[in-house]
Amino acid sequence: MIEEKVNINKELEPILRKVPDPEIPVLSIIDLGVVRETKLEGKKAIVKITPTYSGCPAMDVIGDDIVTALTKAGYQAKVDLILAPAWSTDWITEKGRKALADYGIAPPMDASADKKALLGEEKLVKCPQCGSKNTHLVSQFGSTACKALFKCNDCQEPFDYFKCLI
Amino acid sequence: MNKDFLIKYLYGIADNSLILGQRLGELTGHGPTLETDIALTNISLDLFGQVRSYFQYAAQISEKEVTEDDLAFLRTEREYLNVLLVEQPNTNFAYTIGRQFLFDHFHILLMTELQKSTDDTLVAIAKKSIKEVNYHKRFSSDWVKRLGDGTEESKGKMQMAINDLWRFTDELFHTTKADEEMIKAGVGVDVKQLKDTYYKNVSEILEEATLEVPDLKYFQKGGKDGIHTEHMGFILSDMQYMQRTYPGMKW
Repeated sequence: MIEEKVNINKELEPILRKVPDPEIPVLSIIDLGVVRETKLEGKKAIVKITPTYSGCPAMDVIGDDIVTALTKAGYQAKVDLILAPAWSTDWITEKGRKALADYGIAPPMDASADKKALLGEEKLVKCPQCGSKNTHLVSQFGSTACKALFKCNDCQEPFDYFKCLI
Repeated sequence: MNKDFLIKYLYGIADNSLILGQRLGELTGHGPTLETDIALTNISLDLFGQVRSYFQYAAQISEKEVTEDDLAFLRTEREYLNVLLVEQPNTNFAYTIGRQFLFDHFHILLMTELQKSTDDTLVAIAKKSIKEVNYHKRFSSDWVKRLGDGTEESKGKMQMAINDLWRFTDELFHTTKADEEMIKAGVGVDVKQLKDTYYKNVSEILEEATLEVPDLKYFQKGGKDGIHTEHMGFILSDMQYMQRTYPGMKW
């Protein structure tokens, strides 16, 4: 996994950790990797977030949720949307990957293995229901911009795959 | 650097995605299958997301008091600088895919080159967009192959769509005054240089799809100068209806 430098204030982190992704409520925005930087001056908190996809409709909600959570905790919060560096699925933490799998969404594989699956060379996406690697892509575009639709050939269950963006 | 040229340059790129996004949006709930319906509207959403980035930037550098919404919804037809290709109607699935395919292959080359711009905002947008455009390109190319190398009927329809839309491809590589100024400033991409690679890439896929590469001498142009086909007015009337009727309206 590629570690990108994130600078999150220790005081703010537990509060932000409680803010979930509105479309995948088991995943905290910290584990999703969209929080890139925080600044704290006294009680003024500035949080920089980056979109997963340009058109991700969840970004506005995430921004509002951050402001609400921080205001409740007694901070004056401001959220800035930044585009660079562009978000990558490699920024989803280990904990986040596990939460996705437990929730029934196949997490993106690490960059090198996933890149192959992405180019149609090998099917490496594991079924989150039965663990089989015998799965096939139904559609590259799933229920949200960040997911693709797969189906397991063994247990026959369709499932979402958090598609790789590297 | 002249700001007006930069703003026009931004329109040139953003309007392509805006109008194509609008066209794909028309298919919401009307796609041939659930998966393609979701895919086409997902692509539309990606394009709109990218448009917002360009328009926010354009609004920010503009000397007038404008917002991204004004730029999307309140310009007149002649002020939209998208190429003619993206405003062509959905017609049937083969046309929708053909239009997407012919645009995606241009889009990916443009985003690749735009990453070398001297403008940091454009670099950031390009680096973000290219990841999405890669997915679009793969989707449309796969469908061209599937339809082209499919049944007699699907092949016929795909070939007809490519033949019909081909005349709009040359315009992708024309440059306007704003383009030339931006190329000189190191901000813009010289699209003229992308032409050979584009036709090579597109032809390879058409051949793989057992389709014929059209041999055309005459091409249509005008969109980049704001002179559009008759379809454009209809798109705008749909798109702008709410803001024209209820100015300043918000969701």
